Amino acid sequence: MQIPYAVHPHPVTGIPNGKLGIWLFLASEVMLFGALFSALILLRVGADHWPHGVEEGLSIPLATLNTLVLITSSVTMVMSWASLKLNQYGRFQMYFTITILLAFVFLVIKYIEYSDKFHHEHFPRTNNFYATYFTMTGLHGLHVIGGIVVNSYLLLTGRRQWNRDPEHFTNRIECAGLYWHFVDLVWIFLFPVLYLL
Amino acid sequence: MSVDSAEDIKKHVRVYIMVFVALAALTVITVGISYMHLPTHWAILFALTVATIKGSLVACYFMHLISERKVIYAILAICAFFFAVLLWAPVVTSSM
Repeated sequence: MQIPYAVHPHPVTGIPNGKLGIWLFLASEVMLFGALFSALILLRVGADHWPHGVEEGLSIPLATLNTLVLITSSVTMVMSWASLKLNQYGRFQMYFTITILLAFVFLVIKYIEYSDKFHHEHFPRTNNFYATYFTMTGLHGLHVIGGIVVNSYLLLTGRRQWNRDPEHFTNRIECAGLYWHFVDLVWIFLFPVLYLL
Repeated sequence: MSVDSAEDIKKHVRVYIMVFVALAALTVITVGISYMHLPTHWAILFALTVATIKGSLVACYFMHLISERKVIYAILAICAFFFAVLLWAPVVTSSM
């Protein structure tokens, strides 16, 4: 059975159902990360001393590099959507592949950071700072992995979907892009809160 | 977002590039401010202000919120209200 209003806007909402769905999902994600930021504020204002990220051995250069990697992946993601709008499937493949590769680069840098922390015996149980650091960056990392899975599926099956219904596939890429930009957005706030303050 | 013509998309691509440059520059500024060792309250204010500007750029241009339908704004308004409650609750209760 065909999902209704997957391509054309629903007469009531004015947008396709998939887009409404992804925005509702992102709203729930805001509340998920909001709860963690709330917990961080609660712990921080209640602590006699809250360590600076550098004091605890976090690497600002690596985190800055990761921020630039995610920002770049966001722009390649939106360029891949624009390429489909311009009927340039080859360019879409290029930009979308770069987006996925950059997501892997982000995870590799995160792995280096985590390895260093474990090597110095810093674990979530070490203190409240590391508990929040690992919880928030770990959850964010899981979202990056989720993005890689979805984007890889769309890349691998893209040609078939594009040939069958280009507009529907373009909408799917837009939804995947909204999720990916949200992942970038979360990191934009995690970076200063955990590393710089 | 309703963008149809190729010319519209090409204009948008130029905007995406400008936003990317702005995001990279703001990231460098954020890190630069952190090395100035400002008092904590100023450091928090600057860092979160820059992060908010960066987040707004991503939301407005990459996520196309600058030209979205009302239903999306309605969903996000409700979400923003409860998000604000979540952030303010620990601050308010800790000073009681």
